[in-house]
Amino acid sequence: MESSAALSELTSSLESGRALFLAIHVLGTLTFSYVVWRRLLPLLHAERDCRFDRPFARLGKLAKFWFGQWKHPRYRTAGILHILIFTGFILLVIRSFSLLAGVSENGGVVGVSGTASHPYNVITDYAATVVFLCMLFAIVRRLVFQPARYAVPERYGKARTADAIFLLALIAVLMAADGMFSAAEAAGHLKAGQPAEALAVLSLPRVMQIILASASLPALGKLCFASYLLHEVTFYFLLCYRPFGIQFHVETSLFNVYFSKLERGTVKPVRWGMSEGTLDQIKSFGVKTFEDFTWKHMLDFYSCADCGRCSDNCPANAAGRPLSPRFLSIKARDYAFQHYPMFGKAGNGKPLIGNLFSEDQIWSCTTCGACEEECPLLVEYIDKIVDLRRGLIDDGNVPQSLQKPLKALESRGNPYGKMEKKRADWRSAKEFQQTCRVRVVDKNGACTLYFVDSITSYDDRMQSIARSTARVLDHVGENFGILGAAERDSGHEVRRFGEETLFEALRDHNSEAIKASGVKRIVTADPHALNALKHDYKDAPPVEHISQVIARDVKVGLIKFQPVANTNDVYTYHDPCYLGRHNQVYEDPRQVLDAIPGLKRVEMARSRDRSFCCGGGGLMLFYEPKEDERMGVKRVRMAADAGANVIVTACPFCMVNIEDAIKVAGLEGKMTVIDLAELADRQMLRPASPTAATSS
Amino acid sequence: MEILVCARRVPDTSENEIALNSAGNDIERDELVYSINEPDNYAVEEALQIVARVGGSVTVVTVGSEDDEEILRREMAMGASHGVLLSDDAFIGSDGRGIAAILKSFVAKGNYDLILTGVQAEDGAAQVGGMLAAMLDYPFASLVNSIEVLDARKLKIGREIEGGNREINEIDLPCVLSIQTGINEPRYVGMRGIRAVASVPIPTHAASDLGLDPGTVGDAGAKVKRVDYFVPVLGKGAEMLSGSREENIDKLVELMAAKGGLN
Repeated sequence: MESSAALSELTSSLESGRALFLAIHVLGTLTFSYVVWRRLLPLLHAERDCRFDRPFARLGKLAKFWFGQWKHPRYRTAGILHILIFTGFILLVIRSFSLLAGVSENGGVVGVSGTASHPYNVITDYAATVVFLCMLFAIVRRLVFQPARYAVPERYGKARTADAIFLLALIAVLMAADGMFSAAEAAGHLKAGQPAEALAVLSLPRVMQIILASASLPALGKLCFASYLLHEVTFYFLLCYRPFGIQFHVETSLFNVYFSKLERGTVKPVRWGMSEGTLDQIKSFGVKTFEDFTWKHMLDFYSCADCGRCSDNCPANAAGRPLSPRFLSIKARDYAFQHYPMFGKAGNGKPLIGNLFSEDQIWSCTTCGACEEECPLLVEYIDKIVDLRRGLIDDGNVPQSLQKPLKALESRGNPYGKMEKKRADWRSAKEFQQTCRVRVVDKNGACTLYFVDSITSYDDRMQSIARSTARVLDHVGENFGILGAAERDSGHEVRRFGEETLFEALRDHNSEAIKASGVKRIVTADPHALNALKHDYKDAPPVEHISQVIARDVKVGLIKFQPVANTNDVYTYHDPCYLGRHNQVYEDPRQVLDAIPGLKRVEMARSRDRSFCCGGGGLMLFYEPKEDERMGVKRVRMAADAGANVIVTACPFCMVNIEDAIKVAGLEGKMTVIDLAELADRQMLRPASPTAATSS
Repeated sequence: MEILVCARRVPDTSENEIALNSAGNDIERDELVYSINEPDNYAVEEALQIVARVGGSVTVVTVGSEDDEEILRREMAMGASHGVLLSDDAFIGSDGRGIAAILKSFVAKGNYDLILTGVQAEDGAAQVGGMLAAMLDYPFASLVNSIEVLDARKLKIGREIEGGNREINEIDLPCVLSIQTGINEPRYVGMRGIRAVASVPIPTHAASDLGLDPGTVGDAGAKVKRVDYFVPVLGKGAEMLSGSREENIDKLVELMAAKGGLN
């Protein structure tokens, strides 16, 4: 009798607070609903975005990137920490809600059902403990170890360490309160001689329970009450405070990942849901004010966790260009919060360029995709950059250095202003003409089109890539031809630099020429052309990069290589962004290299999907960025650090940038660069004259 | 402020390979691409910037044929309010004075406060602006690289002086200025902008509309005639230094010092 009276004392303390808890409950829920509503407002004023299609693909992404935390281990310490915390949260979420519902619904206390510990409770005891410890570790990490990528450069504003730590501490308090409640409850039961939930060994609640063993029953009752109150208040405070800072992602990530972009290598249309023919009716192109962003892009801003992984991998940021993807998101979010305040009306919109972003910042991006590849929350950057550029183009704000090539693309179909009829002149090199005839395709001719694109057609150095590609295709017996003077620039960079109308003109011209040629497939040695033909063109025949063709023909024995002449050379393969990250071709070029007898190959620290952009292609070659050091120079040093003296790449723009960078880095004579097609051409065993080693 | 910009369509030097025709009296024009004369584009941009500051409108005028409408549309896409084509068979073969006379008759029909030309046409002789001013009895300043509107009747302009110096002048309106490149950064005009003005009608004036006596312009009135056109024979080629990097540097320094390039 005595014990049950004591127990009732314990529970009555919670009973007595029932009205209070209910009030907090209602107030918390109402406040959170209001905050969410206010945060949703800008999304309702945003541009439309088609993200409700293909639910199964989206659920798959959710399973992999949200539930599976796929990207996190790429940063080991932070990643493991996050996975632990995330798992803890997932495990605790049911308990959190049952705890909240516990008092208000049946007035009783959850989990007082017997001596045997419920498996779920054991799990949550440990989950809370792990999250609590992770928080302590995270706080120490932020304060003591201070990983460099969290630093905020002066030009981007003040560090937000205080806010980050405050939020971490709040979670720690939440966990502690949860543990304290369980501990006090269990201690109370034991004191009253009642069977109590056995708390998990070495867990936070268990440790607290041991400490509380000598406390009196009324004290435990009060502690029970206090810890419950603390838990509830902290829970609601966190819930409502998160939408004001970097932990908003806890609430938005599920949606952000579900609605994330499904297709790699593509660029969003100027406006979703409008057919191209009607684009001329649109008054304004691209993003000029905040409301020109799509709702998903706004959700991206909300979801950014400020983890700094994007900028840590951004080559433009590394080269000292005025671009940091992280602060693109953070600045836009700050603006959204300011512009759409919790109370009152939205202010008058400011143009984004000049206020939030600078023109140089927007032109600095090479669209290499390193930021997007890294982001655990699948925040998109390239589409935003392209949209901002569309806005700049529409207003005529284009750097003078880009105006000439754009004009030349319009009148001549190439950025150099060269004559159309000279587009196929790369074939005329005397030595080449004697050994390899390249025809211009006609209706009943070749079944494969070699799409050369501008730089490989016109640039003296890159023409060698065209000749090598042609020789390789010729060697494997491919019935191929080129468009010749009928070919125009693929328009890949034209589109990514925001000149959509010009891109469409180039694409339409090429599409018609390709259609008229009747070819069944396309091969190109330029990853930018590959990406354009594959993702930007409609109804183009299947397209492959030459590295894929070579790899396949090596496998089936159509191409055999002779050993490398110099066995002291150490090769490394540089992944071009538009072959690797954007089109997932990582293995083929490596297989080709590994098929060459005697070739020593090493990997750079940053390779495959973490490849470091060489400086960008297409129109980026004309842009004069403000930077401390060229990206290419950094890349060449990475190759040297890996112990390589030959860089193999598979993109003419990489060739331009790396060749220049070797000179700038003072590595001339110590480092060389060769295109994969050139290397294959050099090493191919030719049946007619197997000893003729080099022909390039 | 009502501003008139006189513009001209020329073969784009950066996008053409200029070659002589077989007759040897002109360049081969079959595969040329044309664009607005670059300094004229700077003049239009400057006019648009002035109008953005003090109000008014910009009209772009050219003497030529239907083909030349292309540049008028481009400048209208940039922001010019009107484009006007002065076209007549009688205008063909005009010398600089003839062009100036045609433009003068058009200016007389309107009410312009400021007339801008490019400093020179890429295939021209930098003569029309000055002659136009003289015919109109307006003040003229050449090589202008800054314009500030002081009041309704006065401008403060900067002029480029050989050797990198500048002078500042005050000039009364109405006046004619020839604009130097570099005065501003002309805005970009994309295909979209040009398409938007593709169907805007462009008024065309013939000699009779302008009250011009056909005998005073065109071939008939030209007193300067081209008698030859050729590409000068290339002089002796550059001297190539051969040797190690250090030797080349020493040799280069020596040569530069000898030619007065190093002080």
